[in-house]
Amino acid sequence: MSDQSEVNRRRRSLVIASACAGGASAVATAVPFAASMLPSERAEALGAPVEADIGQLNPGEKMTVEWRGQPVWILHRSKEMLEDVKLADGKVADPKSERKKGELTPEYARNEYRSIKPEYLVVVGICTHLGCSPQDRLKAGPEAFESQWTGGFYCPCHGSLFDLAGRVYKNKPAPDNLKVPPYTYLSDTRILIGDDKKGA
Amino acid sequence: MAAAEKQAVTGAGPFNGLLTWIDQRFPLMETWRSHLSEYYAPKNFNFWYYFGSLALFVLVIQIVTGIFLTMNYKPDASQAFASVEYIMREVPWGWWIRYMHSTGASFFFICVYLHMFRAMLYGSYRKPRELLWIFGMLIFLCLMAEAFFGYLLPWGQMSYWGAQVIVNLFDAIPVIGPDLAIWIRGDFVVSDATLNRFFAYHVIAVPLALLALVVAHLLALHEVGSSNPDGVEIKNVKDPKTGKPLDGIPFHPYYTVKDTFGVVVFLIVFSIVVFFAPDGFGLFLEDNNFIPADPLKTPPHIAPVWYFTPYYSILRATTESFMWALAAGVIAMAGLIIWSVKNPRTRIAVTALALALLLGFYAFDPKVWGVVLMGTSVMIFFFMPWLDRSPVRSIRYKGPITKTAIALFVIAFFVLGYLGTQAVTEERTLAAQIGTAVYFLFFFLMPWYSKMDKCRPEPERVTSK
Repeated sequence: MSDQSEVNRRRRSLVIASACAGGASAVATAVPFAASMLPSERAEALGAPVEADIGQLNPGEKMTVEWRGQPVWILHRSKEMLEDVKLADGKVADPKSERKKGELTPEYARNEYRSIKPEYLVVVGICTHLGCSPQDRLKAGPEAFESQWTGGFYCPCHGSLFDLAGRVYKNKPAPDNLKVPPYTYLSDTRILIGDDKKGA
Repeated sequence: MAAAEKQAVTGAGPFNGLLTWIDQRFPLMETWRSHLSEYYAPKNFNFWYYFGSLALFVLVIQIVTGIFLTMNYKPDASQAFASVEYIMREVPWGWWIRYMHSTGASFFFICVYLHMFRAMLYGSYRKPRELLWIFGMLIFLCLMAEAFFGYLLPWGQMSYWGAQVIVNLFDAIPVIGPDLAIWIRGDFVVSDATLNRFFAYHVIAVPLALLALVVAHLLALHEVGSSNPDGVEIKNVKDPKTGKPLDGIPFHPYYTVKDTFGVVVFLIVFSIVVFFAPDGFGLFLEDNNFIPADPLKTPPHIAPVWYFTPYYSILRATTESFMWALAAGVIAMAGLIIWSVKNPRTRIAVTALALALLLGFYAFDPKVWGVVLMGTSVMIFFFMPWLDRSPVRSIRYKGPITKTAIALFVIAFFVLGYLGTQAVTEERTLAAQIGTAVYFLFFFLMPWYSKMDKCRPEPERVTSK
């Protein structure tokens, strides 16, 4: 009896050991499969910076450029629009862009207008809620979603509102302001989006 | 040889010889008997019992039409939309095959929802059928995944932005979320890589899991036996001579004939939709999906297909102000559990969980909790066998509280479903929040109301005219 149980214990240890070894190799085998689903080298390379010419953009107009497959908006804000940004201060959740500083708002855009030059707003036009692209509601005036609308953007998917500086309204599904991409002025009329080190 | 000693098959006329040859090498007759000709099902199945077999029938339609669609479809972001239009306009009968597939998706959900509702009405998930219910729920999850992956393939505006929103749900998970979303998409936005892998999931990975689960669901059903509208076990009263349940009838021919009739009626309704209203008036195929995907422009109004809208409403209802209602709900639930459970360990655990949740409500965005609530609204069904503590199974013998609760739940489900198709306004958000509260109260209060409800005694045997 005792002899047999000794044999069993040895066998059991071997079974456990080989099951562990087999299990570990199965998990290790899964790694390449999981890794194959990450963005490929080509997809990574497509993230290069893009240039935009804002010479033709009149006050009050907006243009969209594609960067990393995402829409980047450039809005030339008129004087009234800049006033509207100030009016929205009380309604927005994060007026001074203090949340997730480095990730959402680069150092040089962490001001009232969230931009390098107050007239030109540059933001990624993707709602921080679930990734829809908000629509222009640039004119101030009563809207169905907000009676005292001071101009900005409305997300059709879940009703999030952003002011003319891309700052999110309080008590809306979107938690954060629209992302300001890294950008820099190559000249007065040319902007480089995706890189903020000049000459790069 | 044991196999050779098997009795010869009789009753199949000219095929007796062939069937005997097979049966001596494969458990043919045994399978036939145990799952069809001698599987005893209760004799009082009613209308609601059509939907299980109909769901299986739709699965066959989807697989067959799906195979033929892959012969012409191209899972490539630059060709996908055009290849679907090619199928619709140039492939002989392509429009018919594609409309059967798209209509089949909606009908699959109709059948499965009615099938699940049947189980809720008659307590079919109660012991010993918990695992049967769990397999069913896993099938439902696979079906949702299958529908979601499939909806991206036509590469229309709604395909694209629907996928964008749903994949971004994972982005909300703290810490690992953003990387997880990139891993799922295989890119920084929904792109060709995403389309290609969703195609792989849709045509092979999920269908394989789905088929395996359907087999497990049926095996579990045939192990415990079917329940019935009275919720009483037919196994309890057997013929003393034969040992067969007195209230049971063999599945074949009785229910095979009944289900065939169901299939005929189903095909009439199905064909009417396929031929005369294949877009289901914008519910089955949304208008925006006839526009090619544009990654730079979200359509003015986006909504998921109807079968996802109740959960989508719950997601949208979770705003900052709703978090207070949620916190109040957590405190009330914790109080209720502590009051009714005397075990000190459970009490401590519940208090700790409630405190952790409250802390989480404070620490993480409402966005995260919207995703959590949406997930919970689907996963909560798994727990029904343990939430329902009524002494009886069937709605026929349950009391007024349960009947009211089920009625309110159905209303909430439809209201949420409707609101999910509409654009957001303040009033609609409030309505969705009330609906969300009713939806969850139905489940979370079930252990109490199902127990205190005044039920009528169950009969000894099934009732039928």
